Amino acid sequence: MAIEIEQPSSVELSKVAVSETHGENSPYFAGWKAYDEDPYHESNNPSGVIQMGLAENQVSFDLLEEYSEQHSEAFTWGKGAPGFRENALFQDYHGLQSFREAMASFMEQIRGGRAKFDPDRVVLTAGATAANELLTFILADPGDALLVPTPYYPGFDRDLRWRTGVKIVPIHCDSSNNFQITPQALEAAYKEAEAMNTKVRGVLITNPSNPLGATIQRSVLEEILDFVTRKNIHLVSDEIYSGSAFSSSEFISIAEILESRKYKNSERIHIVYSLSKDLGLPGFRVGTIYSYNDKVVTTARRMSSFTLISSQTQHLLASMLSNKKFTENYIKTNRERLRKRYEMIIKGLKNAGIECLKGNAGLFCWMNLSPLLEEQTREGELVLWDSMLHEVKLNISPGSSCHCSEPGWFRVCFANMSEQTLEIALKRIHDFMQQRERQRKPISSQ
Amino acid sequence: MLISQQLTDPTPNKPTFIYLLTVSSSRSRTDGPNEASVFGGSFCKPMTQTQTRPTTEPERPKPTAATAMRLIVPLQGVVQGRGGLILGSLIPCALFYFLQFYLKRHRSPNPSSDPPSPSTPSSNLADLPRTSSRSNLSSRGSFGPVRVSSRAGSLAKADDSTYYIGLNKVKEDPYHRTNNPNGIIQLGLSENTLCLDLIEKWVSENLTDSIMGSDGGDLSISGIAAYKPFDGMTEMKVAMASFMSRVIGKAVSFDPSQIVLTAGATPAIEILSFCLADHGNAFLVPTPYYPGFDRDIRSRTGVELIPVHCRSTDNFVFSITALDQAFNQARKRGLKVRAILICNPANPVGNILPRETLYDVLDFAREKNIHIICDEIYGGSVFGSEEFVSMAEILDSEEVDKDRVHIIYGLSKDLSLPGFRAGVIYSYNNSVLAAAKKLTRFSSMSTLTQRLLISMLSDTRFTQEYFEINKRRVKEIYDSFVAGLEQLGIRCSESNAGLYCWADMSALIPTYSEKGELELWDKLLNIAKINVTPGSACHCIEPGWFRCCFATLSQEDIPVVIERIQKVAETCKSPS
Repeated sequence: MAIEIEQPSSVELSKVAVSETHGENSPYFAGWKAYDEDPYHESNNPSGVIQMGLAENQVSFDLLEEYSEQHSEAFTWGKGAPGFRENALFQDYHGLQSFREAMASFMEQIRGGRAKFDPDRVVLTAGATAANELLTFILADPGDALLVPTPYYPGFDRDLRWRTGVKIVPIHCDSSNNFQITPQALEAAYKEAEAMNTKVRGVLITNPSNPLGATIQRSVLEEILDFVTRKNIHLVSDEIYSGSAFSSSEFISIAEILESRKYKNSERIHIVYSLSKDLGLPGFRVGTIYSYNDKVVTTARRMSSFTLISSQTQHLLASMLSNKKFTENYIKTNRERLRKRYEMIIKGLKNAGIECLKGNAGLFCWMNLSPLLEEQTREGELVLWDSMLHEVKLNISPGSSCHCSEPGWFRVCFANMSEQTLEIALKRIHDFMQQRERQRKPISSQ
Repeated sequence: MLISQQLTDPTPNKPTFIYLLTVSSSRSRTDGPNEASVFGGSFCKPMTQTQTRPTTEPERPKPTAATAMRLIVPLQGVVQGRGGLILGSLIPCALFYFLQFYLKRHRSPNPSSDPPSPSTPSSNLADLPRTSSRSNLSSRGSFGPVRVSSRAGSLAKADDSTYYIGLNKVKEDPYHRTNNPNGIIQLGLSENTLCLDLIEKWVSENLTDSIMGSDGGDLSISGIAAYKPFDGMTEMKVAMASFMSRVIGKAVSFDPSQIVLTAGATPAIEILSFCLADHGNAFLVPTPYYPGFDRDIRSRTGVELIPVHCRSTDNFVFSITALDQAFNQARKRGLKVRAILICNPANPVGNILPRETLYDVLDFAREKNIHIICDEIYGGSVFGSEEFVSMAEILDSEEVDKDRVHIIYGLSKDLSLPGFRAGVIYSYNNSVLAAAKKLTRFSSMSTLTQRLLISMLSDTRFTQEYFEINKRRVKEIYDSFVAGLEQLGIRCSESNAGLYCWADMSALIPTYSEKGELELWDKLLNIAKINVTPGSACHCIEPGWFRCCFATLSQEDIPVVIERIQKVAETCKSPS
C-alpha cells in the first residue's frame, strides 16, 4: 500500500518572477539559443550558425585596443595608485564630475556640435536598458502606457513593461512610406489607448531607428514634438545609435530641434544614450539619461542608486572620452567603417535578389523577404525564419518579434563579425536564394 | 487633512473651506504643482495632489477645481442665500488662492538652497516631516507642467529622513584635519577606510597585468568589452564564491552556480524583493534596521516593511514571539507577509546573531511558509571574539526546504570598494535564480571591474593578510572610540562586528521621546558638527540611541569627536 507523505508546500514567488514579460521565450531569443548550441567559428566550426541577431559593434575595436595600449594609465590609477582610494569609495549617484563632462562633450561631438549638453543634466545608469526602465518608472504609473512606433527593439517589451507595469501601445508604421511615423499614426495610437481606458504618458522613439537602421527626418521629429506638446505628454528619444549614423549630418537629434525652438516646452523631453553601440563597450554598462526636466533629473539621479556605473569604469572613460583626438578620430572612423559594411551587405543581398529598406545608420539593415513567404502572415514569416536558422544557419531577427505589422521583414546585423564572416553569410544567403529559384522552375521530367 | 489644518487657524470664519478641503484632501500627498499646471492653472489652485494609485483620476482637465466648485456653490447657496451664489463662490476661491500664495512665500527654506555658514548653527528640525503643518506646495526649481509618476513623486522627497539630511549636510561642509578643521565629521556613513592602503598597494603592483593581459589567456580588452552574461562572468562567480567561502563561509563553501552578481548590494536586495513579493505585500524586519531599506526596498516594488521591535534588554535581538505577533497583526490588517529580512551581523547594532536564533528563524519561516532574506554584507567585518555563523552554514546540515533562503552579500563593506558596485544574490531557489538572472540586465557589474576583482579575490594570500590586518585595525579604533564615549558616560551596546557602534545617549536627550532624540541629533549635527544616525531613522522603539560609524576615523580624530560631543553633552545634562 502506498504511503502518502505530505509534501511541504513550496514557497511562492512574486508575479514579476513568474511572468513571461521578460519575453525570453520568443523567437528573438530562441535564435540566440540555437547559436549558443552551434556557434560558427572560422576554423573550428565553419558550418555553425552565424550570429546576425546581435547588434554589437566590433568594427572599430582596434581603435580601442590602440587607445588602451597607449594610455594604460587610464586603466590604472597611476604609479602607486594615488587616486585609487577616492575612486574606490566614490558611490555618489551624481557620478564623477569629470565623467559627466566627458560624456556631455562626447554627445556634442557626435552631433557635430549642433547641440549643447549640460553635464549637470547627465544622469548615469548601468546601460541604456536601465535608463529606459528608469525613465518609464519616473514618467508613468502601473497601467499607464507609452506609445512606441513599430517595428521596435524586441527588448522594449521587457525593459519598459516588466517591473514597471506600464503598457506599450504601438504606433503602426508600414513600408508604404518607408516605415516613417505619421501624425495620423500617432493620433490613432493615442485613441487606441484611450479606448482601452489607458492613460498615455509619453512617446518613446529610437533615433536612429532599431531595427530600421535609418535616421528620423527633421520634419517627422518636428511633428512628433508638436504631438507630445499638444497632448502634454513626454518624449523619450533613445539615441543610442547616434554615433553609428554613417554620415554625421544625416542624423538629427531631438536636442537640435529643441535648440532651434529655444528650448520652449523642453521639460517634457528626455534623451537616452549609451556607449554600448557607438563605442562597442557593452560590457562596461554605461548609459545615460539626459533630461531637460529638473525634477526628472533629480528623481532619476536618486533612482540610479539601483544602477550605478562602477567608479572604476567612470574613471577610465572620463580619460578616454575627454581625449578629443581619440574621440574625433574614433567617431569619424567608426562611421566610415559602418558605412562600408552596410554597402557590402546591401550589395551582397542585392546580388542575391533581396531588397532592403534604404538605411543610413546603425549596426543592421532591414531586409525584405516577403516575396519568399508561402503565406503573407506571421506564421509564414516564422516558417521562413526557422529555415534561415536551421538550413541556412543564420540567426536573423524576424520582424514579428519587433512587432512589425507587415510580415516578411527581418533585421540583419553586420557589425558583430569580421568581413570574412560576413562574406560567408552573404554566400550562404546567395546559395539559399539560388536554390529557391531553382525550386520554382518546374523540374523537367525524365 | 494636511491643508485643512493649515487653514483652520488663519481662516476661522470660513467653515466651508474646511469642509471642502477635508473632502478633497483625502488622497495622499505627493507633488503638487505638476498636477496643478497640467490642468492649465485653474482659478482655484487645486488642493489635491496626484494619487498614488490614480485609478479614479478623471480625464478632463480641472477636475479638482470643478469638484471644489460643485461643493462650494451649494454650500454657499445654503449659507448665504441665492443672491450671493456667484460672489459666495468666487470670494472663497480667491481667498484660498491668495492664502496659498501667502503660505508659499513664507515657508522655511530648503537646506539645499540655503547653505549654512559655518559660524551660525542652523537647525534641520524644520525639514523633518514630523509635524503635519509642513506645506506641500513646493515652488522650487523649474518644474515643468508635464506630469511625472507617483513613484517618482515619492522618491523626489526621499531626502526627508534624518539619515539622508545628515549625509547631505556633511557633503556641504566636510571635515578635514588640515583644510577644514571646523567642518562636520562624518560618522553617518558606514564605510571602512582603515585598510585602503593595502588595496592601493595591491592595485599598484598587480593591476596592469590583470587588465592588459601579460598573464596570457583572454585578458585583452576584447575579453571585457563585449556583451557578457548580465549576471556576471563565470570566472567572476567562481572568484566570488571562493572569496565568500573564505570570508563568511569558513566551514562551508559557496557554489558559484547559486550566485547572481549585481551592481552593488542595493540592487541585489531590490531585485530579490521583486522576485519574492508582489506590490502591497510585506516583509517583517526586526528593528532597529538600516535606514536605506526604506527606500531601497519600498520605493519601486511597493513592498511594505513591517517593523518587529527589539529591545535593549535583549541586546536588540529579535524573539520568535515578536515575529509571530507581527505576522499575525499583519494578517489581521490584510497584509500578506512574504519574507523576513534579517541582517547578520546586524546594522546598526553590530551584534552577531547566535546560531540558535538562525535555527529559530528558519523554523519560523518554514511554519509560516515565507522566505528568509539574510543580509550578510558585514560578514567579513567581525572584529570581536564572537564567531560569525553564516546562514549558509546552518543550511549546510539541512536536507530539505532550503529554497526559501536567500543571502545578500557585497564588497562595499568587507573590502571597502563601494564605488565598484559588486553585489551578490545567493539563493537556494532555482526559480529565484532564474528570475533574478534576467533582472540583472538593469543592474549589471561592469566587466572592467569584474576583471579587476577576479584577480584580487583570487589572490588568497592578499585576502588573508587583508582580513587579518583589517580585523586588528577595526578593533583598535572601535576600542578607542567606545572608551572615549564611555568617558562621557555614553555606553554602547555590545557589538562584535560592523563598522559602527550603537550608542545610548538617552541620558542627554531633553525628553525621552523621538522629539527629544531629534533635538539632540540636531545639536550634534549643527553645534558639535558631527553627523550620527539617530535611532528613529532606524525605527528603533527606544529613543536616545545613535549609530556612530568609526571606521573612517583615525586615532587622531577620535579625541576631536569626543571633545565635540562633550561640549554638547554638557549643555544637555539636565540639572538635578
